[in-house]
Amino acid sequence: MRTVFKTSYDADIDLFRHSAQAGWYVLLTVIAVALPWLVNTFWLGEATNMLIWAIAGMGLMLLVGQTGQASLGHAAFLAVGCYANVLLQQRLGLPFILSFPLCGLIAGIAGVLVAIPTARLHGIYLAIATLAIGILIDDLIVVAEPLTGGVMGLFAPDISIFGLTINRYGNPWLLYWLVLFVTVLVVLAYRNIQRTPLGRSFAAIRDSEVSAKAMGVNVAKTKAVSFGLSAAITGLAGALMGHFAGIFNNETFNIIISIQLLLMIVIGGLGPIHGAFFGAMVVAVLPQAIAISRDLVTGALGMGSVAIPGMEAAIFGIILMVFILFEPMGIYGRWLKIRTYFELFPFYRRDMFRRQRSYLKTERMR
Amino acid sequence: MDVLQLVVSGLANGCVYGLIALGFVLIYKATEAVNFAQGDFMMLGAYVCLGLTNEQFLGLPFWFSVPVAILIMGAFGYLLDATVVRRMFGQPQVAVIILTIAIGFVLRFVAGLIWGHQPVSLESPIAGRDVRFGGVVLGLDEVAVIIVTVLLTVLLYFYFNRTRLGIAMQASSQNQLAAYYMGIPVKRLNSLIWALAGAVAAVAGILFAAKGSIEPSIGLLGIKAFAAAVIGGFGSLPGALLGGIIIGLIEPFSSRYLAAGFSHIVPYLLLFLILVVRPHGILAQVHSKKV
Repeated sequence: MRTVFKTSYDADIDLFRHSAQAGWYVLLTVIAVALPWLVNTFWLGEATNMLIWAIAGMGLMLLVGQTGQASLGHAAFLAVGCYANVLLQQRLGLPFILSFPLCGLIAGIAGVLVAIPTARLHGIYLAIATLAIGILIDDLIVVAEPLTGGVMGLFAPDISIFGLTINRYGNPWLLYWLVLFVTVLVVLAYRNIQRTPLGRSFAAIRDSEVSAKAMGVNVAKTKAVSFGLSAAITGLAGALMGHFAGIFNNETFNIIISIQLLLMIVIGGLGPIHGAFFGAMVVAVLPQAIAISRDLVTGALGMGSVAIPGMEAAIFGIILMVFILFEPMGIYGRWLKIRTYFELFPFYRRDMFRRQRSYLKTERMR
Repeated sequence: MDVLQLVVSGLANGCVYGLIALGFVLIYKATEAVNFAQGDFMMLGAYVCLGLTNEQFLGLPFWFSVPVAILIMGAFGYLLDATVVRRMFGQPQVAVIILTIAIGFVLRFVAGLIWGHQPVSLESPIAGRDVRFGGVVLGLDEVAVIIVTVLLTVLLYFYFNRTRLGIAMQASSQNQLAAYYMGIPVKRLNSLIWALAGAVAAVAGILFAAKGSIEPSIGLLGIKAFAAAVIGGFGSLPGALLGGIIIGLIEPFSSRYLAAGFSHIVPYLLLFLILVVRPHGILAQVHSKKV
């Protein structure tokens, strides 16, 4: 373990704790940029998908992990971003480079609009309100058929940036780099938000609303800002998702996606950015892993291909149950424990990461 | 008469929502946890009864399989709490929500595996018969749903407010630590309440399956019941029934008088409205603390 000797207050908010850590992230970036030469187009597509999920995960993480507000309806903001992006391009003829940030802005405004009435709610009631939004969006898309195409859906046009046309099937590496670029931008933005007073007040609200209020944080306003930022990031992910999928309709953003998004960041590890990426890996790789292992099993037993409906969701559910029960801190938490074990060897103790238990008191008595 | 028919079928539907909502509220009232798998509990209860009764499966007599299904679901609820949910003791509420969502996924898969994905309906003696009330023809199944639901709600209401066990359950929800000090076996009570919720879910499922057809994904109905529980006031037993009936009544009328597509929206719009205007529901359960 490397102990950092801090010589200034600014060292507290450095992006990297020490140069070795920065080195590892540079290496990761180099590998990520070089990926198109390392894997074939199929896995490149999967990597793109994973990065898009990671962006959406970061959006939700800002709200759930950083501000501590549960949302079961975040697919709504994916939908807003996705539809806004495509409609701005198709109806107003805006280029991607303008419509993309604009769709983030629109999703952010939608987030703030949702947050204003729900900011007074917390805990379970907030979860329910967002759940209602997640369900409503599906029906709203159908009702707003002249704009959204209803159940028929919309086609996402090819992205064109300064005359360069990007298509998922034509040149997947360009789409991958675009998504990677957005991912890096979002990660930097997220890290910077965390280091600002705003990010600190998010964390203060998460840890104790009462103390935050006592320290002069405007709780309702900060929550609304958090909702807006979170929705904006999620909207960007939605726009990319639309371009990646090519065609989308109301079913693309149903309540299951919202729940999956929340489950994803829990599996990854609630709190740090890493959790969004680990969770996205699970979500992106799991269907492939199931398909491959199913082929192996049926091939070994000499059966034809058997499809059991609902198996993916069930396996996802079981993985989730295992994590909630045995590793509530997610994949990233497990990694932290393993790393600490080796760094401190042989002084690691089992209870080092133990969470304090709290005895329940009702929310109905105030 | 048209309107009356709508009212009765709405009431019957609403009662099923109310029964599922009752399950939510039971668990919430006693353990402060929210069971998002309650809809799937209902689905499982319906399938257990159906698997025992229908000719296609075991073909046992209906009146034998009903209590057996209720008992099985009760035991299932108890065991689920004792083996899985109890481990979450002292963890944040959101963790329990996510856990139960995951349980719901698994239950849906298991039910599909055992009983198939085709919609089936329960072969019961109450299906398809009519009752006449002074010129109005009502389905016996719908009347049965309404009567059973009201009876069950009243019973549970008195159970919670009048019996020792019910009051102990309320106490353990209000302050676990204090309840421990008073000698209440909090953990066992929690398991008991899950058993009770399982049994109520089985009743809801049986009534629902007798009235229409079920399939494994019917558990998603739970979300509507959830809206019902919130509209009525989360934590209030009569409120759950009231909310269920409101949603049940709104649905047929909005699908009749509003443009297609809007009828799905109305219940959730109402939920949203209630949350904004009166966050704790119509029969609010939030009391200010007496010092």
